[in-house]
Amino acid sequence: MPKSKITSPSLVAKQSLWLFGSALLVLAPLMPHLPQWLVALTTLTLLWRGILLWRHLPLPSRWLLVFTGIAGAAGIGLHFHNLFGRDPGVALLVLLFSLKLLEMRTRRDGFAVVLLGFFLSLTQFFYAQSIVNAALTMAGVTFTTAALVVLNHWRQAPARTLRLAGLMLLQAIPFMLLLFVLFPRVQGPLWGLPIDAYGGLTGLSDSMTPGSISQLSQSEAIAFRVKFAGKYENKAPPQTTLYWRGPVLSQFDGRSWRIGRVFVSSRLPYQASGEAIDYVVTLEPHFKPWLFALEFPVSIPAEGLMASDYEILAKTPVRARLRYEMRSYPGIVTGADESPAILREALQLPPLSNPRARALAVRWRADFGVDDGAIVRSMIEFYRRQSFVYTLSPPLLGEHSVDEFLFDTRRGFCEHYSAGFVFMMRAAGIPARVVTGYQGGEVNPVDGTLVVRQSDAHAWAEVWLKGRGWMRVDPTAVIAPTRIELNLAQALPAGEARPLMALPGFVWLLQMRYRWDALANVWNQWVLGYNPQRQRDLLASLGMRSPDWQQMTVVLTVISGALLLGFTAWALYQRQRLVPAQAAWNRLSRMLARHGLARKPWEGPFDYAGRIAATLPPEKAALAIEAARIAEIYADLRYGENTPALAAELLQEMKMRISRIRRLEPLLPAGVSRV
Amino acid sequence: MSLTATLQERFFRWALRGHAPEPSPVILTQRRVYVLPTRQGLAYAVSLLVMLVGAINYNLSLGYALVFLLTGLGLTAILHTFRNLVQLRIAPGRCEPVFAGELASFGIVLTNRRDETRPAIRLRLPGQTSIEIEVPEQSSLEARLTLPAPHRGWLALPRITLETNYPLGLIRAWSYAAPDQHCLVYPAPAETAPPVPAMPGEDGGAARVAAGMEDFAGLRRHQPADPPRHVAWKAAARQNAGPLLTKLFTGAAAHTLWFDWDMLPTSQDVEARLSVLTRWICDAHGAGLAWGLSLPGSELVPAGDDDHFHACLKLLALYAQE
Repeated sequence: MPKSKITSPSLVAKQSLWLFGSALLVLAPLMPHLPQWLVALTTLTLLWRGILLWRHLPLPSRWLLVFTGIAGAAGIGLHFHNLFGRDPGVALLVLLFSLKLLEMRTRRDGFAVVLLGFFLSLTQFFYAQSIVNAALTMAGVTFTTAALVVLNHWRQAPARTLRLAGLMLLQAIPFMLLLFVLFPRVQGPLWGLPIDAYGGLTGLSDSMTPGSISQLSQSEAIAFRVKFAGKYENKAPPQTTLYWRGPVLSQFDGRSWRIGRVFVSSRLPYQASGEAIDYVVTLEPHFKPWLFALEFPVSIPAEGLMASDYEILAKTPVRARLRYEMRSYPGIVTGADESPAILREALQLPPLSNPRARALAVRWRADFGVDDGAIVRSMIEFYRRQSFVYTLSPPLLGEHSVDEFLFDTRRGFCEHYSAGFVFMMRAAGIPARVVTGYQGGEVNPVDGTLVVRQSDAHAWAEVWLKGRGWMRVDPTAVIAPTRIELNLAQALPAGEARPLMALPGFVWLLQMRYRWDALANVWNQWVLGYNPQRQRDLLASLGMRSPDWQQMTVVLTVISGALLLGFTAWALYQRQRLVPAQAAWNRLSRMLARHGLARKPWEGPFDYAGRIAATLPPEKAALAIEAARIAEIYADLRYGENTPALAAELLQEMKMRISRIRRLEPLLPAGVSRV
Repeated sequence: MSLTATLQERFFRWALRGHAPEPSPVILTQRRVYVLPTRQGLAYAVSLLVMLVGAINYNLSLGYALVFLLTGLGLTAILHTFRNLVQLRIAPGRCEPVFAGELASFGIVLTNRRDETRPAIRLRLPGQTSIEIEVPEQSSLEARLTLPAPHRGWLALPRITLETNYPLGLIRAWSYAAPDQHCLVYPAPAETAPPVPAMPGEDGGAARVAAGMEDFAGLRRHQPADPPRHVAWKAAARQNAGPLLTKLFTGAAAHTLWFDWDMLPTSQDVEARLSVLTRWICDAHGAGLAWGLSLPGSELVPAGDDDHFHACLKLLALYAQE
């Protein structure tokens, strides 16, 4: 039996070229996520391979590649301090893949490149899963499939190969959809993920230093989307109420603000009052526990718990897109009887830091006595009177950052203003804390969702006043009221660098972005957000009573079996498809077969007609003439050159004459059957 | 016969639906085309599994989609590979007789009645290396399969394995066919044989002198077996690049020879005698002589043309065979 396949046949130039091309397509989307030196190494390797292909030069020695491979792996280890995480894994795969291209001699090597290519296509989803990524992957997969076809049969025109690959992938799409919807989903992770699994994501963090939020505001990435219900359906409440509460920072070490100790419970720490706002949040995964909600939420989603500083914390970090329904009451009074421990924490300050600010606060305290409200007002006045500038690129601050900001530079972003405010309050003995989150958002007119981006990240302050509880103070609103009332772009002074979309004169771009965002929202909700929960909901709405994995498997098997049967029918279908003239010609033979005048397989049309004429008695001459004419037309249709119109006419005549024979058929004597 | 060999033989008999050789044309219907993943196909499946685990672990929705798309690709590969082979028609083609010890070359006519070409179909005879062909749309072509022909007589075309991995190489579709075809194998000409009997002057009763042996009768294309002294060298010198020509003489032979079974010593066995006779006939034909052949129970009257040559060899090939 076939044991002769021990050595794999070597690759021809055309196969190498296809593999090379598909490798380029697969590697390109990964480049932005690799260390720069590796990008350079990969580019060099690819260039080298390209030149070898172009010049038909032999491949380099294996030792050189082994050396490069080991050096590259060592480089990756040094770069990431680790070889087994997600990013070093991807980097190693890329290294291996590009070196394999230089060591690709046999068809088996080619197949390995194809499999690696499919693998690398998957890894780019670690970094992004947008529609664009999907399209890029589709292109890569199509070319890799074509390369696989070429690997098996290279004597074929490139266009044909691509068409075949495209056709096969098109036929694969029904299976993909079916499996996507019905394959029993498991919520990952299956085991502990490497630490870097969520690296490179932007979003709020559990600490704030000067500059951390202004950095975020350069990012157009979407933080979450909100769909309001009821009164605010397809629009949003006024911008000034849109404070999306996130991590509350109550610990200060002189430079950075951190979250303090919080207690969580499933009970609400306040009473609902005032006007209710209902909405659904679709939160992008940010791998932190915060579930953002309008101040102040009264419903706690199943995935979360209420923290003692009124933020909602998810039980596990948000690793997948999460959808939760919320209800908030903007007018709630919070913390009227706050616990002393929390208030103590809200007064904590590192000793000796920022002496000038402390001195000012102490003076105010002396001026106003016990009137905390007056001190708050003085601080706001301070911001208003002095010439503070709201800017995305504030100067760097030194050791006494609050002092330098309040008295020297006076240029800052929301984190500077809120931090300065809270510091002053604490220095004056008023419990205060920094609240970070998002402010505002933008209603997409296409689908009526409010889109909150990373650039909407914001920091404000909360002070606790005796008898009134926690009060929100947003010092940024004093400096740049438009930031709160409109959005960031309007708030920035002219000449300040701002995101492209925010530039005036780019309205059409903005319109396109709205459309695109609406599409991306559908994509997120239904493609990326299709998790076990969504799957159960969808299948239940489709009429499956209790969609468990057994049921899904049965349905999946039945439908894919039906699909396969359909495709098999397609595979076998062509059998019946004859040229119409041939079908008619066969019909004549079948008709006459009953009288022993079936056409012999080797008989040409004229021979057959001649035999019919010779067999039939002279009184049936009409029939013989008819048959002769049919044979003539058939030969003309099959072997002559006719315009389509003429061919159609001839075919018509042929069919007409055959039906005439059918009428003449009784004329055939039974006796001719055995001549 | 070992157990596996027995089982294999039973499988082949079952696969061919009991009756080999089959009447022509053999159509590879869907019931006799088998499909299994290749080693590469298994590697592909394992890779997909690993990718699926990755997609689950990292919650990559598009990862799922990619894995499922590639799964679908694997499934369509089954259909495409199956389709590349199914409904192919196989009929016996030409098969020239050969001498024992040479390679018999069987012509197999493959007909594709589909509107699409069928690339990369491999044909293999048991124990032989395979050949790869492409059958274009709506057409036929003749593939040639070679098989050593060690013994004289009829050599039956063994079971042909037709297989294809096209288009992705992940799946192998294969089928067996045994069209009714036989190759006639002449006995091998003896390497050392007594000289052709009954040279001029010798009168063993086996050779009769024919008349008109010296008359030039015309030219024909040179064949490798023609004796060099019959080549029309003058004609060759006159033309630049034309084929060599051989001079023919009337009566086609200087002598008419008789090759008689009984002329050979009885000490030789049957096959050796047949070999010697074959050798004599080849030599006589090559020298442009006429000869007659007499075997126990049959006799062919003298002649010198190609038909006679083949008729004699056929007689020898099938001597004492059913």
